[in-house]
Amino acid sequence: MSQEPSNLRIWLGRTVVAALAVALVLVNIGVYTWYIDYYITGILTLVGINIILTSSLNLINGYTGQFSIGHAGFMAVGAYGSALISIELGWPFLLTLAVGALFAALLGVVIGLPTLRLRGDYLAIATLGFGEIIRVVILNLPFTGGPRGLPGIPPKTTFFWVEALVIVTLLVIRNIKHSSHGRALFSIREDEIASEAMGVDTTKYKVLAFAIGAGFAGLAGGLFAHFQMFVDPKSFGFLKSIEILVMLVLGGMGSLTGSIVAAIVLTVLPEALRSVSQYRMVVYSILLVILMPVRPQGLFGHLELTDILPLRRRSSHNSADAKQQTMSGRGGE
Amino acid sequence: MDVSFVDAVQQAFQQLINGLSLGSIYALIALGYTMVYGIIRLINFAHGEIYMIGAFTGFFAITVFHMPFVMALLVSMVTAAVVGVIIERLAYRPLRHAPRIAALITAIGVSLLIQNVALLVWRPDPRAFPDVIKMQTWSIGGVIIDNRQVIILAVSVGLMLVLQYIVHRTKVGRAMRAASMDTDTAMLMGIDVNMVISTTFAIGSALAAAAGVLVGVYYSRIDPMMGVMSGLKAFIAAVLGGIGNIPGAMLGGLILGIAEVLVVAVASSSWKDAVAFTILIVILLVKPSGLLGHYQREKV
Repeated sequence: MSQEPSNLRIWLGRTVVAALAVALVLVNIGVYTWYIDYYITGILTLVGINIILTSSLNLINGYTGQFSIGHAGFMAVGAYGSALISIELGWPFLLTLAVGALFAALLGVVIGLPTLRLRGDYLAIATLGFGEIIRVVILNLPFTGGPRGLPGIPPKTTFFWVEALVIVTLLVIRNIKHSSHGRALFSIREDEIASEAMGVDTTKYKVLAFAIGAGFAGLAGGLFAHFQMFVDPKSFGFLKSIEILVMLVLGGMGSLTGSIVAAIVLTVLPEALRSVSQYRMVVYSILLVILMPVRPQGLFGHLELTDILPLRRRSSHNSADAKQQTMSGRGGE
Repeated sequence: MDVSFVDAVQQAFQQLINGLSLGSIYALIALGYTMVYGIIRLINFAHGEIYMIGAFTGFFAITVFHMPFVMALLVSMVTAAVVGVIIERLAYRPLRHAPRIAALITAIGVSLLIQNVALLVWRPDPRAFPDVIKMQTWSIGGVIIDNRQVIILAVSVGLMLVLQYIVHRTKVGRAMRAASMDTDTAMLMGIDVNMVISTTFAIGSALAAAAGVLVGVYYSRIDPMMGVMSGLKAFIAAVLGGIGNIPGAMLGGLILGIAEVLVVAVASSSWKDAVAFTILIVILLVKPSGLLGHYQREKV
């Protein structure tokens, strides 16, 4: 992408973005006029929750290059935290969500500080371990309902809240990406030792990314709890973490566009193919196995929609950005 | 002597015996993780599923083909070895030079794939493993030992001795050790590294299958998801002992088994699964190279 984008690409980009905006408006009109039925609205809600989960994992795994496979643990903390506050204290919805997310973020710091010293496989297995420990602790705490789960959560998650919080999440993560913090995270992904040598406080930035990612996972957990009206430890096991990871990997680690597209596809597809739902996990796993040799960077790699189909001729700021995009190779070790 | 003290000692020995049985099963699975990691630096997440396949092969060998125990054990080891080699050939070899994370994701994918196919084919419900070995118990000074525990210990120790012999006394063992030190140099010295890696997968898978059959005999039940938790715990055992280190995997497995049995005895079985992961976190933070491992500086 070294040369200036052609007029055709800019025109296409504008058309696609306009079409997406129209589609979003239409969906909103549909939901609020009850033209879209309750069942479809439910799926849209789940899509939103999955977008938050995937893009928050993207911040950790995609931008910072740290391989975490315990994301469901943070979701569980947010879900149980906000649900318990809702049930016991009856606080306003947004506040319970915020407290749940805060719990998850704090736990992210507590877990991140020691484990982020580890790299690659070791970090992966440690995050997996913490995810499982969170689940076992919830299972054994006296006030969580144990293995029977926690019923009676008020159904406060509406399409409005999910949509609003998806937008907030995406804006925050997008802004992090384009800030100096974001560049620090990318430098850690590309080469941690070099980045440290250049004066980046790698521990600080890794823990920061981990905590913010955990916080948003907690937010998604809170939304999930108030949508299902019931949570149990089984919903937040290793498999849930893997599900989020599959969405991230399919979309492309490092691309928000990819996270959104993959979350939509992998939430809607199993619903559309309900009759063969027992094959869902088989399809997920085959997807992973085939994707790695064929297209390891996922659908979008590091690229966003606006990198592929730009909206305007590149200003100096944008061209620096695009250069960084093309230069950055694949993440991981 | 105080009666309650005698009781406590008896109890402790009893748990030690139970822990040794469980631990030697973890150790057998852990050996496969550690050998594979030692050579290609990959956490083979599908290893737990190989163990499950081993248990099911043993189950069918006994129920459908009416084989005796030893025969079933051998058949399941051979089957698992073949499956392990096929997985390596089809899924991991194309990614040998890809980033490590890609291989790790593939391993997770293969593991999920085998689990879910097994759930579809063999149904999720647990099956009762046939009573191939009539239970006999002995009481030694109040500590109860049954013949299944003895068989588990005997088979595990026997297999580990065979493994030690292969690794340290045979040509292929020397090739394995060379490849685990430096794959590229080993290749330059004329070692067929692909063959060595296949052999490693075959041996590791066979050991896991043996563990699967032994678990079936010991707990008399198997199910398609049995490999998930056991696989993770065996991997933890490998990390605990020092990944890539064969005696370390045995030691780690035994420690893990005993710790788990003790926690169940002292606290409650619902904390069981947290023990292994807590040990994992502690060892990663205190001594990431494991009990018997050597610290390797990261090179730039």
